[in-house]
Amino acid sequence: MSNKACDAGRRDFLKAAAAVVTLAPGVTLMSIPAAAAPRPADQPASATQRWGLLVDTTRCTTDCTACVSACRTENGISGHGRPATDPQWIRKIELRNETTGATHSLPMMCQHCANPPCVDVCPTGASFKRADGIVLVDRHTCIGCRYCMMACPYKARSFVHEDVEDQRPDVPRGVGTVEGCNLCVARVDAGGLPACVESCRSNGNGAMLFGDLNDPKSEIAQRVKTYATTQLRADLGLDTGVRYQGI
Amino acid sequence: MAPFSSLPRKREPITGGEWIPACAGMTRKVRIALGLLGVLFAVLTTAPAVAEGVPLPAIPKAKGEKCVEEPQLMRRYHMEFLGHQRDATMRQGIRTTRHSLKECISCHAVDGTDGKPVTIKSEQHFCNACHSYAAVRIDCFQCHASTPEVPGRQAAR
Repeated sequence: MSNKACDAGRRDFLKAAAAVVTLAPGVTLMSIPAAAAPRPADQPASATQRWGLLVDTTRCTTDCTACVSACRTENGISGHGRPATDPQWIRKIELRNETTGATHSLPMMCQHCANPPCVDVCPTGASFKRADGIVLVDRHTCIGCRYCMMACPYKARSFVHEDVEDQRPDVPRGVGTVEGCNLCVARVDAGGLPACVESCRSNGNGAMLFGDLNDPKSEIAQRVKTYATTQLRADLGLDTGVRYQGI
Repeated sequence: MAPFSSLPRKREPITGGEWIPACAGMTRKVRIALGLLGVLFAVLTTAPAVAEGVPLPAIPKAKGEKCVEEPQLMRRYHMEFLGHQRDATMRQGIRTTRHSLKECISCHAVDGTDGKPVTIKSEQHFCNACHSYAAVRIDCFQCHASTPEVPGRQAAR
């Protein structure tokens, strides 16, 4: 083989390599906005996505309630000083291992199950799972029977006993219906984060991560793939969208 | 917008509606007589209607230039538009603004004496202006906000 032919071969190789280099950032540029861009307003939620939440219990502390207060402000939830019956969408709980005495603090809310028992028992179809995995209550059809509250193993749902005033336009809620965490569905549809996650990041300990479990490139999917994460009451086979790490 | 057939509940398709004249099927004489009566009624009532006729609802003017649909269509079918949008938004997450209650409320907000938009409790509220006149009780606002979003309320966290 002559030197010239060898050079030509080398040149072609370098050209090809350059093409790959230029292609690679192009691919990255395509993928980043696709993950962050909101779904167009006229498009329905699709099953290609599954929204999930990962809570790192090693970072969550007992004294911090940033997620709870953010949820209350965002969704206009106020109580009457009656904790047994006041609505709550998210609450902080303490887990204690009786043998070792190890304690963990963690936020507890609707786990957005893939097989939600609340949907199974709802007599009117008000309780439903949206295509992208968010479990919601359609208050237009809810008759307030509270079967879903009985069926939920996580005590995630509340009944609104008293008249509600001064609701936020994005978060309608009212007397006589059941409600629970909706993963801040209006914010998520607009490409945002749930209020608890945002507040945990800015005012709390950055223990919550929100994302698409179905997107292998998303941070949450990679964390779930890399680390051991727990679904609460996994024995029930509900396949929860909210996962915990460190318990 | 999604086709109507893709919605979970079946609804009547929204069209302009068929306006069947009340006089259809009447004889010519009756029709003429009715027409004359109508003209007479109109002549008699136009002038005094303002002073002592049946009181009409005072419909507040909206902020926008033009409604999203023809007013006549809106008066007859606004509940169908809202109901359709409601199901699409709730069940499928379609958040177009054309027929959303939130947009109606922001465009038709009426400011009270304190400069703030009045709530559904007020007789001046756009929805109430007609609904209390027609004695039709609506329960939309048991859950939905009857005033536009207060800017900065969400940010106060």
